[in-house]
Amino acid sequence: MNNQNLPLRAAELRLETLRVFEARGFGHVGGAMSVVETLAVLYNGVMRVDPERPDWPERDRLVCSKGHAGPAVYAALAARGYFAKSLLKTLNRPGTTLPSHCDMNRTPGVDMTTGSLGQGVSTAVGLALGQKLRGFDARTYLIVGDGECDEGQVWEGLMLAAHKKLDNLIVFCDKNGQQLDGYVKDVLDTGDLAAKFASFGFFTQSVNGHDTAAIENAALAAVKEGAASHRPSMIVLNTKKGYGCTFAEDQEFNHHIAFTEEQMNGALAAARDKIAALAPAAGEVTA
Amino acid sequence: MSVTVKTVLRTEEKMMRDTYCRVLMELAETNENIVALDADLMSSSGMKPFMKAYPSRFVNCGVAEANMVGVAAGMSAMGFVPFAHTFGTFATRRVCDQIFMSAAYAKLNVRIVGTDPGVCAAYNGGTHMPLEDMAVLRAIPEMILVEPTDSVMLENLLPQIAAKRGVYYIRLNRKNAAGVYEPGSAFEIGKGVLLRDGGDVTLFASGIMTAEALEAAKLLSEQGVAARVVNLFTWKPADVELIVESAEKTGAVVTCENHNVVGGLGGAVAETLVKNCPVPVEMVGVQDLFGEVGPEDYLRGRFSLNAADIAAAALRAVKRKA
Ligand SMILES: Cc1ncc(C[n+]2csc(CCOP(=O)(O)OP(=O)(O)O)c2C)c(N)n1
Repeated sequence: MNNQNLPLRAAELRLETLRVFEARGFGHVGGAMSVVETLAVLYNGVMRVDPERPDWPERDRLVCSKGHAGPAVYAALAARGYFAKSLLKTLNRPGTTLPSHCDMNRTPGVDMTTGSLGQGVSTAVGLALGQKLRGFDARTYLIVGDGECDEGQVWEGLMLAAHKKLDNLIVFCDKNGQQLDGYVKDVLDTGDLAAKFASFGFFTQSVNGHDTAAIENAALAAVKEGAASHRPSMIVLNTKKGYGCTFAEDQEFNHHIAFTEEQMNGALAAARDKIAALAPAAGEVTA
Repeated sequence: MSVTVKTVLRTEEKMMRDTYCRVLMELAETNENIVALDADLMSSSGMKPFMKAYPSRFVNCGVAEANMVGVAAGMSAMGFVPFAHTFGTFATRRVCDQIFMSAAYAKLNVRIVGTDPGVCAAYNGGTHMPLEDMAVLRAIPEMILVEPTDSVMLENLLPQIAAKRGVYYIRLNRKNAAGVYEPGSAFEIGKGVLLRDGGDVTLFASGIMTAEALEAAKLLSEQGVAARVVNLFTWKPADVELIVESAEKTGAVVTCENHNVVGGLGGAVAETLVKNCPVPVEMVGVQDLFGEVGPEDYLRGRFSLNAADIAAAALRAVKRKA
């Protein structure tokens, strides 16, 4: 367990992620919001990384296969100190280092280029396999969307990971129940994903994906179980697309959306309120 | 073919995707074999009205493009006329072997629609920017590749595409195009359109570059260079006759494409000319670079896709004449 105030870190990350979009007026808001808690947990204790050495070979790696969640990843990387927070508002601007989809050649801290859904699963399997072959004590973390699970490549990768006993691969499936054209159950019903992952040989846990303690515990259990049974891990995150963003949450079509200044101001205010509620009162001693 | 070119080019009021969906629905009304497929991008392709009107003839395959193309091929073997839609990147690169074997090699009857050509992918960035979609498919025998210029052309081409057997790729800009043609213009697949005559150089253009080429011709005329402008909206089969005739007449050629110059329109024209009438060819297009993120205007500048770039290339081509 680490001594961070993870709910507060997540609330701060949600605010920063909203601010990444703020300057542009539109973007992939829904799918960025649903992974905020997971990113806060990963970059505040779970992942062994060093912002001073983004190319450190023995680091843990993160593949955000749903590459359109880039803005949340960038906010997490900036918070961790990979680059200045002031860069965040350059999202999608001419010549930016922060394109809408994750790009390992442009952004310090991004470990894999993604955007074409499904491919990140295979590259994560390759990274995890490579870490083992190199003899590194390092893990690969992977985030996939539930809509993304439509891609056959996802299952090709998972099958190989289990076959190769990649106990250093820890996958998060962001089960927010929505994809681009609507609800997953309407577009292409993926059925019981957790059961499918388990049947593919993964040590599978399901948690509330907006509960940082639950995510952290699951990640720790994944590491432990991996060592015991040499299985890759799947953590199914029960989430809401657009979570915590007042104008995106509970909308059927919140994948790539435009918003007004007023709407964004409302979302920012709600995010700030959340931070205020979680922040230790003045004079209070934090762990 | 009977075409009237607009004297003043303006951005069309309707998005291309709205025209696309409307015309496909009209065709579907009389041709019950027409079916549509999408891969979790129906909201982008603009196919929602079709889905609502013909729920049983619309298949959203989810984010699974390779599967979608295979399903389309299978349905065509049952006599259906499938139109399958996704972004141009995923409609080509991602499913190349499915298009090759299940559709083309099997000689089935499939239409693939790839949206957001080249820099039109703008804010989706380099991963989503098809600059090689036409090149990838051009090497597949018997494929028919078209890039409709505006909604007037799109409206006229779709019935032909629906009616004639083959494996088609439609490179569709889903946004508002610059209107080049007057309503009622009629086109023939495989035949380029002479938009403007001139004796010094030919500008072969497609897609968003057509309006740029017309603008370049104006810039050139101010400098005393008479440019012929041809809209080569069919990239395959190439209009050999018109390409050769134009080269013979003007002795210099510029190709203009919102695509990599490798393997695309420049390639198609150059292949035709080296065999039949070798003249200097300059290629305006993306010079074998990856795409990147940004507003479309910025990207047009970044990759030198503006009228001024075409005019400069034309002057180079003219200078190279023996
Ligand atoms: C191969 C591929 N096909 C289509 C797309 C377009 N696209 C981007 S996100 C998305 C929906 C993804 O749904 P999901 O994985 O559930 O992501 P989330 O809802 O969490 O944002 C689609 C179809 C893409 N990026 N890649």
